[in-house]
Amino acid sequence: MNNFSFTKASDIHQAVTAINEDAGNKIVAGGTNINDLLKYFVTHAKKLVDINPIFENHEIIRLDNGGITIGALMTNAETAYHPIIEERYPLLSKAILAGASAQIRNMATNGGNLLQRTRCYYFYDTTTPCNKREPGSGCSAIGGYNRIHAILGQSENCIAVFPSDMCVALAALDAVVHITGPQGERELPFAAFHRLPENTPDIDNNLQHGEIITGIELPQEGFQNYYSYLKIRDRSSYAFALVSVAAGFDIRENTIKQARIALGGLAHKPWRVTEAEDFLKDKEPTPENFAAAADIILQGAKGYEHNTFKIDLAKKAIIRNCAMALHPESQRPGAKPSL
Amino acid sequence: MSIPETHSIALKINGSPYHLNLLPWVSLLDTLREELHLTGTKKGCDHGQCGACTVLIDGKRVLSCLTLSVMKDGAEITTIEGIAGEEELHPLQKAFIEHDAFQCGYCTPGQICSAVGMLQEGKANTREEVQELMSGNLCRCGASKGIIDAIMQVKQEGRQHE
Repeated sequence: MNNFSFTKASDIHQAVTAINEDAGNKIVAGGTNINDLLKYFVTHAKKLVDINPIFENHEIIRLDNGGITIGALMTNAETAYHPIIEERYPLLSKAILAGASAQIRNMATNGGNLLQRTRCYYFYDTTTPCNKREPGSGCSAIGGYNRIHAILGQSENCIAVFPSDMCVALAALDAVVHITGPQGERELPFAAFHRLPENTPDIDNNLQHGEIITGIELPQEGFQNYYSYLKIRDRSSYAFALVSVAAGFDIRENTIKQARIALGGLAHKPWRVTEAEDFLKDKEPTPENFAAAADIILQGAKGYEHNTFKIDLAKKAIIRNCAMALHPESQRPGAKPSL
Repeated sequence: MSIPETHSIALKINGSPYHLNLLPWVSLLDTLREELHLTGTKKGCDHGQCGACTVLIDGKRVLSCLTLSVMKDGAEITTIEGIAGEEELHPLQKAFIEHDAFQCGYCTPGQICSAVGMLQEGKANTREEVQELMSGNLCRCGASKGIIDAIMQVKQEGRQHE
């Protein structure tokens, strides 16, 4: 790791001030990603600002509108096992528990989960060109080993994928990200938080330097009756997704009243196509309808030498997971295929 | 470039208090092994991928390689050196011996600390759930079956004692 200095911030304004003192200052919370990136010299810091001592943002708050706000400084494990999340937002609980390992979930925070960086091996390998790590240097993945890479929303500059499981569920649940910065507080709808690579793959999301995530708001609807998270990966646990699918339905009298489908492992951000969800509205929850929705979601998908299999895999995973969502009780630990 | 200042921190490790002056980037793993010579905690990948460095901080299993010591001022840490009683091994240590739950033994301290944390969490009931919640600890020798057998035995004995 490079030499950096360290300070603790005991309230949010102190934290914002400390980060803004220098463009090289960085936040640390759980540390599971940034400490790793610092060790590999992928990221450099002048100073780390530890925001854990901030008293707020460590709990779940019930809102008057029926929703909740999840504290950004709660750990992933505290969130997944919280009674409110298990009961009302089980899709989020399952997605969190499909990610990382128990030890990492005990450390990693919710805010940090949104800010984690891609696990593209070229991004981590400082001896290779990478536009995300070093803008303008080129993309080694496009003509290289790209088995884990994007098939949707990628650009000629970057085909990295965003690795989070938790965020796939947050996208499906229409979460809102609460942010505090030098100009005060603001909110970003989840779909507007992460970015596509386009010409600036070095910028993962729309959080500005000096801004801090304070909480993640969830609306009242948690799809607790019909939901499923399916994660397909190269080993059955503790690996990043090749394809993952979060699905939630409101179904009455065998008719879909509301559908949510979000995908992970396929793009630079959680992938959601509302056109496909609208297509399912007022239709029966059949494999044929799910297949048609999958085709809408995967329109424009483009594979590379080693990842074209993801297009077919994604279609099958969507159909399978939508069927699994009709029987949430069949879910297995680690979001493995069931049924 | 000037060298950043050290930070004075207090840690309670396996019941004993320690006062240390550390640079910001020193991991808890390096603090344990290099500063305090508590070498039971192993450095495997040093990147959060293998679980060999697992310790308990304030009762929760975490990875010491991805933990900066300066962020844990005041914390209580338990390592493999601190889980047994004065005269007797921890039930998991005994069960690992009974089930031959290791070959080279390098992952064992992390496996056992992780299993202690998992049993305290109380979220794993079936064998499949135990496997899933122990997946952050890799064994490259292939002793995983014995490891899960040992943990299942301690779980079942724990139930009998309740």
